Amino acid sequence: MSNFEKLIEIKNLHVSVAETEILKGINLSIGEGEVHAIMGPNGSGKSTLANVIAGRPGYSVTSGDIVYKGDSILKVAPEIRARAGIFLAFQYPVELPGVRTWQFLKAAIDAIRKGNGQEELKIRDFDKLLEEKRQLMEMDPDLVRRSVNEGFSGGEKKRNEILQLALLDPSLALLDETDSGLDIDALRIVSHGVNIFKSPEKSILIVTHYQRILDYITPDYVHVLVDGKIVRSGDSSLAMELEEKGYDWVKDGAGEEVHP
Amino acid sequence: MADQKVISRQTGVEDTQYKWGFEFDIESEVAPKGLNEGTVRFISAKKKEPDWLLKWRLKAFEHWVDQGDDASPKWAKLNFEDIDFQDIIYYAAPKSSDDAPKSLDDVDPEILEAFDKLGIPLHEQEKLSGVAIDAVLDSVSVATTYQDMLKEAGVIFCPISEAVQKYPDLVQKYLGSVVPYSDNFYATLNSAVFSDGSFCYVPPGVRCPIELMTYFRINEADSGQFERTLIIADEGSYVSYLEGCTAPMRKSHQLHAAVVELVALKDAEIKYSTLQNWYPGDKNGEGGVYNFVTKRGAARGENSKISWTQVETGSAITWKYPSVILQGDNSVGEFYSVALVNNYQQADTGTKMIHIGKNTKSTIIAKGISAGKAQSTYRGQVSILPGADNARNFTQCDSLLIGDECGAHTVPYIEVRNPTAKMGHEATTSKVNDDQLFYLQQRGIDLEESNYMIINGFCRGIFKELPFEFAMEASQLLRVSLEGTVG
Ligand SMILES: Nc1ncnc2c1ncn2[C@@H]1O[C@H](COP(=O)(O)OP(=O)(O)O)[C@@H](O)[C@H]1O
Ligand SMILES: [Mg+2]
Repeated sequence: MSNFEKLIEIKNLHVSVAETEILKGINLSIGEGEVHAIMGPNGSGKSTLANVIAGRPGYSVTSGDIVYKGDSILKVAPEIRARAGIFLAFQYPVELPGVRTWQFLKAAIDAIRKGNGQEELKIRDFDKLLEEKRQLMEMDPDLVRRSVNEGFSGGEKKRNEILQLALLDPSLALLDETDSGLDIDALRIVSHGVNIFKSPEKSILIVTHYQRILDYITPDYVHVLVDGKIVRSGDSSLAMELEEKGYDWVKDGAGEEVHP
Repeated sequence: MADQKVISRQTGVEDTQYKWGFEFDIESEVAPKGLNEGTVRFISAKKKEPDWLLKWRLKAFEHWVDQGDDASPKWAKLNFEDIDFQDIIYYAAPKSSDDAPKSLDDVDPEILEAFDKLGIPLHEQEKLSGVAIDAVLDSVSVATTYQDMLKEAGVIFCPISEAVQKYPDLVQKYLGSVVPYSDNFYATLNSAVFSDGSFCYVPPGVRCPIELMTYFRINEADSGQFERTLIIADEGSYVSYLEGCTAPMRKSHQLHAAVVELVALKDAEIKYSTLQNWYPGDKNGEGGVYNFVTKRGAARGENSKISWTQVETGSAITWKYPSVILQGDNSVGEFYSVALVNNYQQADTGTKMIHIGKNTKSTIIAKGISAGKAQSTYRGQVSILPGADNARNFTQCDSLLIGDECGAHTVPYIEVRNPTAKMGHEATTSKVNDDQLFYLQQRGIDLEESNYMIINGFCRGIFKELPFEFAMEASQLLRVSLEGTVG
């Protein structure tokens, strides 16, 4: 058993970018094995929340705390958070010209292993693992020889994110709009990748504007984020209700926060 | 949280980070400081040179004196104090070289050990298998490996001083035929005082079976290094040649004014690769090598090809424009370059492609990386002369900036005197971007390694032009030179 109650606890988190407050007191706890979904209209602060958990520079946390595996991580460098098991699937995966995908993935897996006192993965073992995950994500074998995300289609980029999730096997997966821009086939593949990852030891936070990915990955909890605040929380039926009634429905009820 | 990701402006390579910065303890035979006719005669006598060569040196010296110090090139975008040419030692040889070594076994063990420390194991050839090395310490070649294999193929690869003795006709025919002694201030100086360097001749139809490498090192304090390299690829031959350079740390500046001449005859190809890692000076800009080099190749025959690849990370100042004169019809010239400057380093480098023959083709890909307060300039000239029907050139210049206090400049000169020419030019300037760094860090890779991976990626197109072992070393050099550029 772990020596912490919740994998991650976000406590009264206030975040600003350039003097503008974007997150206005977020409270959210995710236990091991739980799948949470954050839904909300564009600009409500969903990506900000995911990025701040991962430690992206450029945001100031003005008050509150993020406690991960029992410790505050606000002052911890992003690579250390990553090695501790926090993984962010990016809304907009970045292109790295000249950096081969293979080399990038090997460097990432070794950095995380070494951070956890393990040896670098032998090339043969790595290739085997990569091939297995590549097939899982139904990715073109040629892609791992190309520069990271360069010239990848939107769908290939998102699949590449989930390929990394599968390879790096973190404790907490933050999936930022992983479904956006995917056709139905790609959505199926990506969701399958996430469902394979899902287990009693893993926690997932799905950030999404639309409800449709939740048809494939069933959340235990759904939170609605509007203007930097969680205005409603509930079980997966909340997502259906939202889909039916639109965000205006919850905006009207803003203020009456409900916790699971 | 915010500012730890900003690429620092004040940091740079510490002295301790220049890993090649130890001095050899080898007593050297040194010419008195300063330059006059006597110095030229001294060098020539030391080398037991034939009269024609002494006369050529003296003509060069006379020309150098006549034109005066003011003739030193002023157009490069460089900033430095005038050089006192009388305060330089023009000849310094390790003592043991007086009876030049016949084979590796005769080489002073101390010298072998010194090269070993530099990562150039002259003895343990399995480490650099397939590479014949000519090691030049200060002004004198100390060891050439793999002689037997080369002899079998008919390839001549030896110190130029030895070639002057053994193959005087070849040397006399080609020396100064690409870079005449009157070419430019530093080439003239070099012609007067050059001490050693490598000579290579590949006979007709021979594909040189191994890579040839010359390893240069300046060791003596206050000494200049003026090596002269001459490579001739006869009809239908091929040779790949590599040069590597280091120097110990010095408070004062050291002058390196080399001349390299390449001649490719009909259907011949020369591939010339450089890893230049002369001491760049400390982080305040004190010391470092002035690297003022003239490199030029004549693609003289039909279908000949000359390809320059350079990775320049060292030197306080680099001033060099490896060029190709495309004389033969269908000849090809290529220039692939990475120039990295940090702290107060300055680089003004590029190429010249002079199209003379018909259907000649040149490709230029230059990558400049600037960090600290360093300045890097790409300066390139492409000339299409009237007879060069259907000439083609493609030029791509990419600059990458690290921090806000460095600079990158691109100065292309294009002269087209034949309407059938096809020219292409692309230039980009970018910064290592915070989103890229964060992406890598989010995957567990630390900031310094992330920065290195991005910059290494930026250089990948150039590194792949290098022979494999050299490409690994180039990556390694890049890593060391980048240490401390993020923080
Ligand atoms: N780096 C930034 N600089 C300025 N404004 C930002 C930045 N990041 C986010 N914002 C602003 O914060 C708000 C929330 O953005 P975001 O978290 O991306 O929302 P969502 O992901 O829910 O669409 C938006 O108004 C957006 O313009
Ligand atoms: Mg978003």
